[in-house]
Amino acid sequence: MAILVKPDTKVLVQGITGSFGGRHTQLSLEYGSQIVAGVTPGKAGQRFEDQVPIFDSVQEAVKESGATASAIFVPPPFAADAILEAVDAGLELVVAITEGIPVRDMIEVKAALKGSATRLVGPNCPGIVTPGTGENSHGGCRIGISPGYIHKAGDIGVVSRSGTLTYEAVWQLTCNGLGQSTCVGIGGDPVPGSTHLDIIKLFNDDPDTRGIIMIGEIGGSAEEEAAAWIKENCKKPVAGFIAGTTAPPGRRMGHAGAIISGGKGTAEAKIEAMEDAGISVAETPSQMAEALIKIL
Amino acid sequence: MNLHEYQAKQLLAQYGVEVPGGQPCTTADEARSIAEKLFTEGHEMVVMKIQIHSGGRGKGVFKDGFKGGVHLCKTADDVHQKAMAMLGNTIVTKQTGEAGRQVNTLLVASAEKIVSEFYLAVLLDRDTSQPLIMVSSEGGVDIEEVAETNPEAIVKLQVDPLLGLQPYQARNLAKALGLTGKLIHSGAKLILGVYKTWWECDASMVEINPLCVVENPDGSQKIAAVDAKISVDGNALYRHKDIAEMRDLNEEAELEVEASKFDLNYIKLDGNVACLVNGAGLAMATMDAIKHYGGDPANFLDVGGGATKEQVSAAFQIILKDPNVKAILVNIFGGIMNCNTIAEGVVAAAEETHLSLPLVVRLEGNNVEAGRKTLAESGIALITADSMADAAKKVVSEAAA
Repeated sequence: MAILVKPDTKVLVQGITGSFGGRHTQLSLEYGSQIVAGVTPGKAGQRFEDQVPIFDSVQEAVKESGATASAIFVPPPFAADAILEAVDAGLELVVAITEGIPVRDMIEVKAALKGSATRLVGPNCPGIVTPGTGENSHGGCRIGISPGYIHKAGDIGVVSRSGTLTYEAVWQLTCNGLGQSTCVGIGGDPVPGSTHLDIIKLFNDDPDTRGIIMIGEIGGSAEEEAAAWIKENCKKPVAGFIAGTTAPPGRRMGHAGAIISGGKGTAEAKIEAMEDAGISVAETPSQMAEALIKIL
Repeated sequence: MNLHEYQAKQLLAQYGVEVPGGQPCTTADEARSIAEKLFTEGHEMVVMKIQIHSGGRGKGVFKDGFKGGVHLCKTADDVHQKAMAMLGNTIVTKQTGEAGRQVNTLLVASAEKIVSEFYLAVLLDRDTSQPLIMVSSEGGVDIEEVAETNPEAIVKLQVDPLLGLQPYQARNLAKALGLTGKLIHSGAKLILGVYKTWWECDASMVEINPLCVVENPDGSQKIAAVDAKISVDGNALYRHKDIAEMRDLNEEAELEVEASKFDLNYIKLDGNVACLVNGAGLAMATMDAIKHYGGDPANFLDVGGGATKEQVSAAFQIILKDPNVKAILVNIFGGIMNCNTIAEGVVAAAEETHLSLPLVVRLEGNNVEAGRKTLAESGIALITADSMADAAKKVVSEAAA
């Protein structure tokens, strides 16, 4: 069941002693996720909340805890280094939550990742949730900053660039009785570790995912690329939504990647490509779940 | 963050890129003395260019009827006179909108004898996450137009970011522009310098348009960046103190500068339905929903994932400074954020600002019951909504009323 992470996936947190990282590690522990180690250089031997052992390096943390995934909460100037350290330690999955990493750093990271077995999700993303089967989806794997309780275990995959818009979609699904296999926030930066297409391929191959919601926004051409692949290869019903129909060209709408430049990356072009691929596109953000239910 | 042409040229010159000699100035007297110096050096003509963040400067018209933001002058007196006409005056170009932009700075530079014009840009190729260099033998014109009408004129090169641009690649680009002989070397040197500027300054884009072959007084030729545009990655400014100081707040909308002080992401738009939302994607989607139901958003406003009561209050103050606003929509999906905190912020802000405009609130998520109770018991006249669609419909009808 699920993609990328399962309820029993062992997760370490880089930047666990920062206020942001600490707060969300606490929430993940309360959600029942397996947070097995933290990394803050210079703080080895301490424990987070008397519970999670802290190490100086990712390598040591992996060796002692058996973690296979990392959540990165370190501040932007040190985030690229943290990602590379996690990759070097051989983690299967690295999820970079940090917002505001310079693009040049991510260009280097992405180039360094070529040929590596590690999958990077993010940066500037809400993270990944594979809901658990307990009350309010307790017992799932929560990496990042999403609210756990809005989820419900099930068979719909969600992939999105935006945080709160993902929560909106997940909540609509949950309210309609549709649970999720895994929800993946790929982030709003111009150089993402994983694209919509990368995640959709995983959902397509996941026997426990029945349908997919893909949420995009203006900027770049990742949604068009995903749509073209879906048209030819996807075996599962896909619904979608694109934010930014009203965004003026040349203005960056919050996310570093959300900008229409040189006539490229418009919502119209993305919606057209998605409809052409047979994706059920929601007219308003209130109808994301509805758009999927129509074609299930 | 966008830079002025003169700032872009200062950076480029630091990386060995040939730019026409010149200086920025803020008074007509300074303009005269820069021009006099250039004339003494043997230049026959100088060019004066207004320094604003807008294209179409040459064809712009000042509010008092004075035409053009770019002028060629042969005498220092003429430079003085034109500087008097432009400095402090407001110009309208195809990109400034009707309000126009006040001119505070001029660039006075040597006017080069242009033999041929090209285009050169370095930017991020989002499809491959690699640097992309674009050159075109058609310079001095709108590159998007060239891309449509004559795409073969544009040559693109992906650069391996870990290796950087290699000299042979730069020579090939120079050749692709049609340069020959010694100009291949000076062209390659310039292209390498532009790439280095892009990389080391954390630029989002460096655009040289036109890039020119110019004739020296002795008849020999060289290649120079006659106009230059640079925008820099705002997230990287922490490691470029010198570039951060180049920020010109006069070029940014007053309300947007005010919002940035509170870590709010605000962009003013032309409509009359204001919105306050948490999260950039949801904020865009909220604007779309307003438009879908026939309204017109007055702004994009993302209060972020962990908004405080103070931020919500500041957000209201900023929204209310826009005189076009007829109704306000608050749309919050409190994932981790406590809905009650937002509700308290909304109540406090409405009271502080003596809010008289219709206010539609849609709250969902963490501790939503307490939030709804706070709103209901506040005594503030507000309209609640169950979903984004419901909220958008209601706020649009209020704005139209």
